[in-house]
Amino acid sequence: MAETRVKQEPFGPGPTQEPFGPEHEPPTEWMELNMGPQHPSTHGVLRVRLKLDGEVVRDADADIGYLHTGFEKSFEDKTYTQGITFSDRMDYLAPPINNVGFVMSVEKLIEVDVPPRAQAIRVMMMELARIASHELWLGTAGLDLGVYSGFFYAWRDRELVLDLNEMYSGVRMMTSFTRVGGVAWDLPDGWLEQLQRFIDVMPARIDDFESMLTENPIWRQRLEGVGVLSREDAIEVGVTGPMLRASGVDYDVRKAFPYCGYEQYAFDVPLGSNGDCYDRYRVRVQEMRESLKILQQVVGSLPSGPWLPNNRKVALPPRSELSKSMESVIHHFRLVSEGFKGPAGDVYAFVESPRGELGFYLVSDATNKPYRMKVRPPSFCNLQPLKKLVQGVLLADVIAIMGSMDFILGDVDR
Amino acid sequence: MGELKLRPVPMLTGRAAGPTPLNALGDNLLTTTLDKVINWGRSSAIWPALFGLACCAIEMMGTVGPRHDLSRFGSELFRASPRQADLMIVSGRVSIKMAPVLRQIYDQMPEPKWVIAMGACASSAGMFNNYAIVQSVDKIVPVDIYIPGCPPRPEALIDAVVKLQRKIRGEPLVKRSA
Amino acid sequence: MSASANDLLVERLGNRFKQALKESSDFRGDLSIVLEPSSVVDVARYLKEEEGFDYFLYATAVDWPARDPRFTVVWEVRSLANKTRVRIKTTAAMPEPHAPSLTAVWPAADWHERETWDLLGITFDGHPDPRRILMPQTWEGHPLRKDYVSFGEPVIFSDQKLEGLEPDAIRG
Repeated sequence: MAETRVKQEPFGPGPTQEPFGPEHEPPTEWMELNMGPQHPSTHGVLRVRLKLDGEVVRDADADIGYLHTGFEKSFEDKTYTQGITFSDRMDYLAPPINNVGFVMSVEKLIEVDVPPRAQAIRVMMMELARIASHELWLGTAGLDLGVYSGFFYAWRDRELVLDLNEMYSGVRMMTSFTRVGGVAWDLPDGWLEQLQRFIDVMPARIDDFESMLTENPIWRQRLEGVGVLSREDAIEVGVTGPMLRASGVDYDVRKAFPYCGYEQYAFDVPLGSNGDCYDRYRVRVQEMRESLKILQQVVGSLPSGPWLPNNRKVALPPRSELSKSMESVIHHFRLVSEGFKGPAGDVYAFVESPRGELGFYLVSDATNKPYRMKVRPPSFCNLQPLKKLVQGVLLADVIAIMGSMDFILGDVDR
Repeated sequence: MGELKLRPVPMLTGRAAGPTPLNALGDNLLTTTLDKVINWGRSSAIWPALFGLACCAIEMMGTVGPRHDLSRFGSELFRASPRQADLMIVSGRVSIKMAPVLRQIYDQMPEPKWVIAMGACASSAGMFNNYAIVQSVDKIVPVDIYIPGCPPRPEALIDAVVKLQRKIRGEPLVKRSA
Repeated sequence: MSASANDLLVERLGNRFKQALKESSDFRGDLSIVLEPSSVVDVARYLKEEEGFDYFLYATAVDWPARDPRFTVVWEVRSLANKTRVRIKTTAAMPEPHAPSLTAVWPAADWHERETWDLLGITFDGHPDPRRILMPQTWEGHPLRKDYVSFGEPVIFSDQKLEGLEPDAIRG
């Protein structure tokens, strides 16, 4: 059989194990394999170009942009309230968290206080979104590695959260439930009871899932020691969220810079020690349990009161007032047609999404629309070290590593 | 009339059907009954290709999930390889970079194939009227069913698949309707 | 970050880099420092090694067409131990705006600077891999600039020639 020499072409400069170029002929042939953008395991439309030396990966280049939607350009064209609907679609596994982050940046800019009830509602929706997102992650990352039935268990639980979303906002996924200064609606009757039933039922289901996977020798073999990111490396490459915490860095936005009243609730931040895929799995499962703890505390201590601030320049007046007061009608009209203006300046607000620190850098030029809204996406930062993490691993481990990163292309590409 | 002898080659349908004996027979009792049987077979086991792009893909996964079970309607499996699939559910926004890939996957699917444009972004670019999103996927591939919604509920996707099944059963074998 | 800690940092920077620090501001608790483009790398290295700003957050740029220089290039970094943040800004002027790359100081800046090049057209001097990241390799123009019209772009198909650059679609 005649051997054909494969032309060695570099991807581009970057840290690789051996130098490229015609003068450095490697001893074996490296095959370029294209993964994606249509691929069951890339969690969206990601294209990874791999250089394979047999079954071992020598280099990888992540080609993103297949879901680039131009969110940042769209934000510049919409008022602050219109932008909330857009913000859902970025990290579409946990839309309530995007909503909160977006309005937090506006609230920081215009300095408006959020009433306590609205903060508690935001916390509840965010923690529900965190549970739903981690369940989805468990289902799909497991599916990649062969846990076919886990997908159905995870989805059964996720449907409970989507039911709660739908009861509150009318929509299963894209809730758009925040408004600048508060939340759009009050909780409907029966929502808290349904949430309590959810909190009661979930711990057993998480335990079920754990019993299937945590001590499973196949699961452990696939994940332990794979994709190790040391503590220093994790900070150096800028990963965030469970990836950072699995490497032992104790940084969770909810604890370090509490927002929306998180300082009132007692919860732990799970940390890993080895920084491998198995630790990331353990961190995420534990985070689900901590979210349930937070939810229970919020339900027990839910304050009463308004869910929008009394500031008519920023928040819509209650509908009952519209029939009585001409001023309310004028405020309503202005807010809906034109929105409100903020001062000129730039702020950075950030929240803890299930993937890590989701930040919104807002630059305002004192008009009713953002001048520049830059989103700091956690998945973008988590996907960056892919090149470094997959060097020298087997092809099957690439799937495990990508699964453990828990990135979502809507966030990466925006 | 005697036994109908079929040629020992795979039956070509639609546009690929040249002057085969079956074509030449036109519409008579035997071919229309055969039509019905084959169309019933095709509609009862539509296997979609895995083509989840964005948020609608999550609802598509929800449709496959335990509560709304799409495999009750015949779509037992989502095939990763387009060569083994007959339905492409474009679920999500199609960006400029992704559009040629979409067309290539569509081309790789063997006939007969159908396309469902799931969601507002696939049907008409949805809320994204900008430089980055293809304004409706029917600029690239012919679409059979459009589903509105952002994202559409799993029940809406099931409704679309059921409607598609009815559409398939209405098709005669010899001529493929547009 | 309390106001006095921000002020102390600005003071230390002012003492160390006299001409480089053009202005600083503390708006809503966010410290921003505007630097001369030539001194950005030195200040960045100082911030990382001596002030403990080890965690890179993001890099971007803002387009002010009415101003000259037109672009403000922004990097933001955080100190995990001290729980503080600082926003480093500099300016870049047309034509061919460019700024120094901070990938030598914070490797995590890599993709963020590529994105800023892709969407806004700022060249980062010293960046190891200056390719487009979100738009197709053959795209012309920088979408996030204020003079870029955002509607109705044509789609490039695989049968059209893509001269000299890596194809984005897989060609069979």
